[in-house]
Amino acid sequence: MSLWQTIFPYILSGISVGGQYALIAIGYTMVYGILRLINFAHGDVFMVAGLSMVYLAASLPLYLAIPVMIILTVALGFTIERVAYKPLRTAPRMSVMISAIGVSYLLQNLALYITGGLNKNYPEIPWISDKITIFGATTTRVTVITPFVTIALVLILVWVINHTKIGMAMRAVSKDFETAQLMGIKINNVISITFIIGSFLAAIGSMLFFTNYPGVVPTSGGMPGLKAFVAAVFGGIGSIPGAVIGAFIIGICESLIKGLDTILMSQGVIAEQIGFATFSDAFTFILLIIILVFKPMGLFGEKQTDKV
Amino acid sequence: MLKIRDLRVNYGGIEAVKGITFDVPEKSIVTLIGANGAGKSTTLRTISGLVKPSGGNIEWNGKDITGISSDQVVKQGITMVPEGRRVFADLTVLENLKIGAYLRNDDLTEDLKWVFDLFPRLKERSWQYAGTLSGGEQQMLAVGRALMSRPEVLMMDEPSLGLAPIIVQDIFSIIRDIHEKGVTILLVEQNANMALKTADIGYVLETGRITMQGSGKELLNNEDVKKAYLGT
Repeated sequence: MSLWQTIFPYILSGISVGGQYALIAIGYTMVYGILRLINFAHGDVFMVAGLSMVYLAASLPLYLAIPVMIILTVALGFTIERVAYKPLRTAPRMSVMISAIGVSYLLQNLALYITGGLNKNYPEIPWISDKITIFGATTTRVTVITPFVTIALVLILVWVINHTKIGMAMRAVSKDFETAQLMGIKINNVISITFIIGSFLAAIGSMLFFTNYPGVVPTSGGMPGLKAFVAAVFGGIGSIPGAVIGAFIIGICESLIKGLDTILMSQGVIAEQIGFATFSDAFTFILLIIILVFKPMGLFGEKQTDKV
Repeated sequence: MLKIRDLRVNYGGIEAVKGITFDVPEKSIVTLIGANGAGKSTTLRTISGLVKPSGGNIEWNGKDITGISSDQVVKQGITMVPEGRRVFADLTVLENLKIGAYLRNDDLTEDLKWVFDLFPRLKERSWQYAGTLSGGEQQMLAVGRALMSRPEVLMMDEPSLGLAPIIVQDIFSIIRDIHEKGVTILLVEQNANMALKTADIGYVLETGRITMQGSGKELLNNEDVKKAYLGT
């Protein structure tokens, strides 16, 4: 087998995983951009989206289950902000962060209580779960469409932010709460919209993500959430294109490391499995450390300008 | 008419405004002058809804607007140009102007034309990021942005702060132009000389209290004001 034929499936799955991370990462980066808050509960919102799909699909047809799941996830994101973050608007940032950690554990424990900690099988969504063959690599259709869905959603989002009134308000609020208020902007509405968009994208992401995995457990949000967060930091937290590019880079690298043994063996570089795949998660976090050391603001991070 | 009655504001544990009473009659220019920390900015911030008063009343055309939110104040036709300009540096000049009209849903063409007539420099630079403008241009943008909400009362907090004397002259001549268009102006200034020359009515604030009041001319010729604020 040629080198390309060996590597291609890994790149394909890497792009797909990257797209899923990107959809979660946007939620982190947008909330940070506006509130300077790392929303630790975001990964768990993603998990709840997966779990509610499991329960909804058990009693509803898919064409109803999917929109209801999206609406529930959006409502959850909105409620978390109103209940756990809004009352702390004037409190020190540390308090809001601790509140976010609290919400994260609350969601995980509720999920544990409801599921009993058992793995819940994710419903099979027809068409997107189908097996297809592309350039000689066999995969599921969701793997191929994920990056396109992601990029389409990101383009719409960027257009909204740059060309609509609410997008302009979001940019203004993210820079200066007080002056935005003087323009007549209701900052609480703008913040709510940010959480709604973030939760919506996480809901879509959860559908694409869990379709490729056996099921949902209460801690399912942890790892993808953390990696999406690393992607957001990697790209420069606060920047949407940064988060997307960061997510794709991390997805592809991670997937290539998972397949490194197979790739090297097919080329005759090594004779037996070394076990690189074990390190694929570690790699993500090593990457985070390296970035923070050499480029603390990330790839596209805002330049820190000191006000004189 | 904007009526302030016995307004009290606590700010970080201290009473920054200790019961002040003054009027801003329709189509007048009123100025509050005083030293740093006299409570001038706090007064404006309270009227604009950014700070909640601890006592007293703010009345606008017979309606009590004490403690209402900022967006409601703007909706009532009272807009503030904040201290230090505070333009949105990452938005273009045109976007800054559009965001000033955030609460309006009607056509902005005429208002944009008016602002660009007042400040031709802004028209030339309408596509630039506001952060690339000079200090004077940013001040003009901040004023233009506030005008886009079609205010009846324009409150300005230290518009001359940190600007070259020649630009300060421009700013004050523009304030008079805006006033001639029928906009009521409430001006807070440390540049007492320029402010009193421009204003119909002036109030002197000292540590949260109004200690003197009169027409601009009266205060300009008042010995105490001369000594304390005009340096002559």
